[in-house]
Amino acid sequence: MDRPPPPSLRDLFLGFAKIGILGFGGVAAIAHHVIVEERRWLDDKEYATVLGMGQVLPGANTVNAGVIIGDRFRGTAGSLACVAGVMLVPTIIVVLLAIVYDQVVAYPPARVAMIGAGAAAAGMILGTGLKMFSKLRIRASDWLVAGMTLAAISALHWSVISSLAVLIPAALLVTWALRR
Amino acid sequence: MSDATVLGQLGLVFLKLSLIAIGGSNAALTAYQDEVVGHYHWMSHEVFLQLFATAQLAPGPNVIVVTLIGWKVAGLAGAIVATVAMLLPACALAFAAGRLSGRFVASPRYRLAQDALVPLAIGLILASGVNLAAAQMSHAVTWPIVAASAAFVFRLRANPVWTLVLGALVALAAQYAGLVDFGVAPG
Repeated sequence: MDRPPPPSLRDLFLGFAKIGILGFGGVAAIAHHVIVEERRWLDDKEYATVLGMGQVLPGANTVNAGVIIGDRFRGTAGSLACVAGVMLVPTIIVVLLAIVYDQVVAYPPARVAMIGAGAAAAGMILGTGLKMFSKLRIRASDWLVAGMTLAAISALHWSVISSLAVLIPAALLVTWALRR
Repeated sequence: MSDATVLGQLGLVFLKLSLIAIGGSNAALTAYQDEVVGHYHWMSHEVFLQLFATAQLAPGPNVIVVTLIGWKVAGLAGAIVATVAMLLPACALAFAAGRLSGRFVASPRYRLAQDALVPLAIGLILASGVNLAAAQMSHAVTWPIVAASAAFVFRLRANPVWTLVLGALVALAAQYAGLVDFGVAPG
């Protein structure tokens, strides 16, 4: 593939700003569009690798991808440009929304609407999780690892932090054992 | 308790949560809830869920909900402290991992870590959904909304933000049709 010239700090900032601004209801689709198709900073395979690392590392996937991509082209300053780009406008918008929320939440109809939206948001997370699971090439270890994580946190009510101390080694062990 | 104390606590909480958010911010929602609602009592479960729903109306990464939590707890300073604390450790780790990636991405150990941690992250996300929904189970109409919204997002390719609008409308309709009483006097 023909490579465009490496992006400048400004290019990185603006590209990630576009991802942040247009990413309503999830940034994954728009991130792929901007990084792979529009700006051609990475090809599909490179992008999948960067995103795969984002999935294993803690933190927001797109922010992590920004850190790695920015560093690849422009070092530490590149990482900062990408993170600032993707966070700046959404942060301002969410603060404005917070101000609106504080104003309207006193009104009963707004509170009823927020209860409905909150329930829908909980369902949205469930639907997202189910969708991600169905997109795996599902193996026995996937059922086991996802199931024991869900059981520990939602049924046994272990704290997430102590759960992870047990679940991460257990997940590695189960995956390793079932693969052989 | 002084503002500086609260800001310090917010900062420490999200520095810690930053490193456990495997699979992204939505995977850590239960951990946020444990700290913000359960441990520090900065807000109720209901307000937490409403902030989460509000954050979905903003564009950008899911981690933006942390900005909103910080705002609710300690205003603008809280928003900034919580956001920076949530980003710093994870970004530092991603930076280091990016520099090392050439060496370890091709290794079988990396593949094993990926195969083990991706379903773990999905389990965390599902648990977040269950626990968020459970925080609202006192209202009869919320369960059908949760189920319908989950089905909508799972089965359809439409933008998930629509489920929030529909959920709000269903709750309003149910209230004014007299089907449920949310304990909120009609306006």
